[in-house]
Amino acid sequence: MADRILEVNNLTVDIPVPSGMLHAVQGVSFSVGRGETLCIVGESGCGKSLTSLAIMDLLPANASRTADKLEHDGVDILNIGENRMANIRGNTMGMIFQEPMTSLNPAYTISNQLEEALLRHKKVGRGEARERAVFLLEKVGITAASNRLRQYPHQLSGGLRQRVMIAMTLMCGPDLIIADEPTTALDVTIQAQILLLLAELQKEFHMGLILITHDLGVVARVADRVAVMYAGQLVEQGTATQVFENPTNPYTQGLLDCIPIPGKTARGAHLGSIPGIVPSLIGDLNGCRFADRCPYAKDECVAKDIEFRAAFEAGHSYRCVLSPEVCAKNAQRKLIA
Amino acid sequence: MTKTVIDVRDARQTFMISAGAFRGKRPLHAVNGVSITIDRGEVLGIVGESGCGKTTLAKMILGLLQPTGGDILLEGRPITELTRLEVARLLQPIFQDPYSSLNPRKSVGNIISLPLKVQKDPHPESWRERVEEKMALVGLAKRLYNLYPNQLSGGQRQRVAVARALVNRPQVVICDEPTSALDVSVQSQILNLLQDLRYQLNLTYILISHNLAVVEHIATRVAVMYLGRVVEEADTASLFERPQHPYTRALLESVLTPEPALGVPDTQLGAAYPNPVAPPSGCTFHPRCTQVMNHCSRIAPRPVATETGHVECHLYAADQGKERAIS
Repeated sequence: MADRILEVNNLTVDIPVPSGMLHAVQGVSFSVGRGETLCIVGESGCGKSLTSLAIMDLLPANASRTADKLEHDGVDILNIGENRMANIRGNTMGMIFQEPMTSLNPAYTISNQLEEALLRHKKVGRGEARERAVFLLEKVGITAASNRLRQYPHQLSGGLRQRVMIAMTLMCGPDLIIADEPTTALDVTIQAQILLLLAELQKEFHMGLILITHDLGVVARVADRVAVMYAGQLVEQGTATQVFENPTNPYTQGLLDCIPIPGKTARGAHLGSIPGIVPSLIGDLNGCRFADRCPYAKDECVAKDIEFRAAFEAGHSYRCVLSPEVCAKNAQRKLIA
Repeated sequence: MTKTVIDVRDARQTFMISAGAFRGKRPLHAVNGVSITIDRGEVLGIVGESGCGKTTLAKMILGLLQPTGGDILLEGRPITELTRLEVARLLQPIFQDPYSSLNPRKSVGNIISLPLKVQKDPHPESWRERVEEKMALVGLAKRLYNLYPNQLSGGQRQRVAVARALVNRPQVVICDEPTSALDVSVQSQILNLLQDLRYQLNLTYILISHNLAVVEHIATRVAVMYLGRVVEEADTASLFERPQHPYTRALLESVLTPEPALGVPDTQLGAAYPNPVAPPSGCTFHPRCTQVMNHCSRIAPRPVATETGHVECHLYAADQGKERAIS
């Protein structure tokens, strides 16, 4: 058993569009350990969802995926072919999608959909599959589970549907779960319950979890490690405390200024904002993608591609031409201003 | 000029829901006796889970739904006596999704000037100037006048929606989830804009949102809704610092602030949101309440006045409402 359940090195996704080549994901590298939660955070269009689809090999047919390394549990999954990948998908690698209504089939009962994956991947009988389905539905906090099995998705509320999705992902006992915005469509009270449930199940089954979200509050509370994405690139990586207490990349700093933090931001005070818009990722890209919105941009920012560099603490790294000392000073100045 | 702009008195909205082809219709009380007043210059935040009736309440105030009971008074006059155009001069909405609330076949200039056209403004020659003035106010460049919504970013579209709402100089702007479809960095721009406009134009806002951090930041008063009723209403500061109703407390606990050390809170709100067609007896919150008492399931609590508003919970009534339980 490898300690790292997933290792991604220099993952790139290109999609041809009428006006050229769209560089949706550019050289993304990260790893996830067993029992670890990695949150990938970024705004819409930054490539976070495509990164997850690329890992699962679920990209649209015209997209091309390259990587130096893509290993799941020490096994290369980059060039293993569709048949072997299909044996991994839904088996040892599970995925939870954002909208539980569209990811459950309205024409099949809950039991059908829960048992399908298990019957496909493991040598079990129907009775055994039914038992596991009931066990997992109870595990995710659904009462009267055996009655629920006969129901159809439309008979369940949004929170219950997402619980069913989680139970479905757990059916084969995966060691890695990728959750793409699992709570975005839910109310805050239900969101807290679902996240708590995910965290508990992850500990219990010692799984790796990749959580993709745009909600910085969710990230801070759930993540062990955080990866911030902007315009197809990772711009900062570190533990949750490192990224939230000492944001170093100017984009991360700007993003954290944008949200009102109860108790810290004065009520009614002006919030920070990031001027400009996300750049187009079509055609040749050079230099820092954030340069035209960055308050500290210099000539050298657009001249060449910017490399990742280490911040003060081990495990914390970021992409910027500025040294960690200068970035820390910038963050301080922002707080005073 | 009166101080109170909107006075909602015991407003009710009941929809008849079909329970099946051969079964009769059953009533759904979407808004079940809401009384609330909004003073000039206030920002009233309305929060609650989906299905609690916050959007229905907003639609009734906008005159888009006829209340099935109670009164709504706009500047002291019942809304039923006002024509649609009169209501629209006073109140304007901003909707959640700027991708679906702007007509894709009309240019920005046309979209923003439409309220003037609808109100049969007597000076058509001044429209362009007034639209451009409003565009400048919300931070849109003049050159966008002839563009179409699909050529704009999400933030720009929401600015167009704000400009359209303001072009007729309304008193009150009703914002239904104005930023939840936007990215974090754009959200802060729109929130800053709404704040600035409020002071510049002396506007009154009704802000409907499930994002409590946004409500805490902008609102001056907050009403918490649960199953069609306002269960707690108070000043923003008192509500967020000293929440009274168990539901408000649970709601505030489930807000995930970006503080990494805290972890995910356990709100103990076990049971799911109840079916509004068959609401629980007594206090509708009792099945999920952590401080439930015996009589909560039998007797609905009455509003109890607090320092800055009211709360509907037996915990704060005289003798915890037990007196009514015996009689």
